[in-house]
Amino acid sequence: MAAMPKPKLAVWKFSSCDGCQLTLLDCEDELLAVAGAVEIAYFPEATRGVVKGPYDVSLVEGSITTAHDAERIRAVRKQSKAVITIGACATAGGIQALRNFADVAAFTAIVYARPDFISTLATSTPIAAHVPVDFELRGCPIDKRQLIEVLSAFLAGRQPVTPAHSTCVDCKLAGNVCVMVAHGTPCLGPVTHAGCGALCPTYNRGCYGCFGPMESPNAKSLSARLSALGMDERALSRVYRTFNAAAKPFADEAERHGA
Amino acid sequence: MDMVQSDERSILTRAGLDALIGTLAARGYRVVGPKLRDQAIIYDDIAGVGDLPAGWTDEQDGGHYRLEQRDDNALFGYAVGPHSWKKYLHPPRLQLWSAKREETGFSISHEPETIPPFAFIGVRACEIQAIAIQDRVFLEGPHVDPHYQVRRAGAFIVAVNCGKAGGTCFCVSMGTGPCAKSGFDIALTELLPGTSEPIYVAEAGSEKGAEILSSLPGRAAQPAEIEAAEAVVTHTAAAMGRSLETAGIRDLLMSNLNHPRWDDVAERCLACANCTMVCPTCFCTSVEDASDLSGEEASRSRRWDSCFTMDFSFIHGGSVRASTKSRYRQWMTHKLATWIDQFDTSGCVGCGRCITWCPVGIDLTEEARAIRDAPAQEAKP
Ligand code: SF4
Ligand code: SF4
Ligand code: SF4
Ligand code: SF4
Repeated sequence: MAAMPKPKLAVWKFSSCDGCQLTLLDCEDELLAVAGAVEIAYFPEATRGVVKGPYDVSLVEGSITTAHDAERIRAVRKQSKAVITIGACATAGGIQALRNFADVAAFTAIVYARPDFISTLATSTPIAAHVPVDFELRGCPIDKRQLIEVLSAFLAGRQPVTPAHSTCVDCKLAGNVCVMVAHGTPCLGPVTHAGCGALCPTYNRGCYGCFGPMESPNAKSLSARLSALGMDERALSRVYRTFNAAAKPFADEAERHGA
Repeated sequence: MDMVQSDERSILTRAGLDALIGTLAARGYRVVGPKLRDQAIIYDDIAGVGDLPAGWTDEQDGGHYRLEQRDDNALFGYAVGPHSWKKYLHPPRLQLWSAKREETGFSISHEPETIPPFAFIGVRACEIQAIAIQDRVFLEGPHVDPHYQVRRAGAFIVAVNCGKAGGTCFCVSMGTGPCAKSGFDIALTELLPGTSEPIYVAEAGSEKGAEILSSLPGRAAQPAEIEAAEAVVTHTAAAMGRSLETAGIRDLLMSNLNHPRWDDVAERCLACANCTMVCPTCFCTSVEDASDLSGEEASRSRRWDSCFTMDFSFIHGGSVRASTKSRYRQWMTHKLATWIDQFDTSGCVGCGRCITWCPVGIDLTEEARAIRDAPAQEAKP
């Protein structure tokens, strides 16, 4: 065992807020174990030292929003045995994928003093739209227990346990009282991929869908319920248009409500 | 006050009930009962009657639960809530064993569990039947589940005969309630005599129950009080929120596996699995393995699973029940039909939880009725 070189880990950032990478740094208790298990070869957020590729595993945060990004992700793929995307940006395009449904030129004109300096694509797309991806970890941001699970599973050569069932399952396992049934609070839990341990319902709030669509989402039926709870068409079109706006089941449902 | 005689119905006051909880705790039981939390009545550890939801009731319908204030001090004036005793006897998550890497090979540890006996306060008749059904599944088949066994052994059950039918209850249809007939150590019926404090008609259902009951401060029940207790359950039985025609239900469902109603319910069903999680008889679990970053430690655990998830029927090549239609049909036919083949009872006790806690209010009594009202002409399988 001792003679085996540690797998080389790289962490890459594309169009994103850094929150998912910070989740790795936030693994305070486990960080030493991570450092013990892998060689952190490239992680600009945490260290300036750079070990050249190839890398055994690359964690990729962020979406592709520029032509340069699109080239860079190909280079990352070439240098990496395994590519694991982390977070809603990398797996679904992130909140910046709202541009996919609008006019980017109009946005840049409003936001920047010199829009002509801005070179950007018309869309924000997930990593898997550009290169083959070995595993996609959901969340905005990702859940640190799940990140450790994915890394541990990768190191042990086993499947990570990150079930794709509804957030409701985790909500019930936690013993929560359903906020939708008992309080009338709109909740996206039934159509949302598990992963956070039903964090918001645990604090008496509805789920915002940070982990994107679950394995077999029935957003149409949920929307009928949300509408009965008082959400109008505009609210319905917006509730699916957040961190996973471009994930198809959410994009379609938002569109059905006039987005 | 006289001591209660074991061979008769007796009357406990609120103080007597408090003494019961205290006695059970003093004897080493972990006492669990109904409590208010997050605008619902859930089950949790209780230290005395002060923890019970005095003066509260609930309003329940498909996908709808709201607490309401009563105009009395009833301690048990509500129907069942989102939790069931399953969470104690068959915990949502349970580590089965763990392993450590050694110099040569590895060692496995799975200590026999030592769990203090449970005392459940306020178990309803349908819940007693649900526990009996899980006993059948976990203890009475060829493979005894040791984790259930150790939790179930020595559990002390204080039943409460229902004084209020919930909006989604149908225990009368399922023949499970609202009056507990057996399977308890002590059964209580709450009497609410006008403006004064509630009193409890108590009945022992086991020697242990009789012995504990006789140690509590109380008095013998008057014939009028026993009559009043009977009237309580008669009244509740007449006020069921739902009903289900069970005659021939197995054959009805099994000969309608391609009924258009399954497509209809699949349009509404979210496949969220809430119904199976809250159902007090659903027993399915998934087994999960974990290993740590260093590869030094590994463990295996199980957690509640549901026939509504894709992983549940995943085999080489994909999920056998890929459509929501096939998953809803699996759930309902298992509860109401194939459970009978498997365990000789219905898998449904009529508690109504799956109806109340379904986010979109899907109601299996309605789904079964729709099929009964317009059965397809199909050959029986
Ligand atoms: S609170 Fe939300 S996530 Fe939890 S069971 Fe209810 S609908 Fe599902
Ligand atoms: S199927 Fe529904 S009503 Fe029947 S026991 Fe389960 S939760 Fe209760
Ligand atoms: S209905 Fe589904 S979850 Fe419940 S016991 Fe049957 S197969 Fe298991
Ligand atoms: S019947 Fe209701 S609770 Fe059950 S899976 Fe379907 S939507 Fe969820």
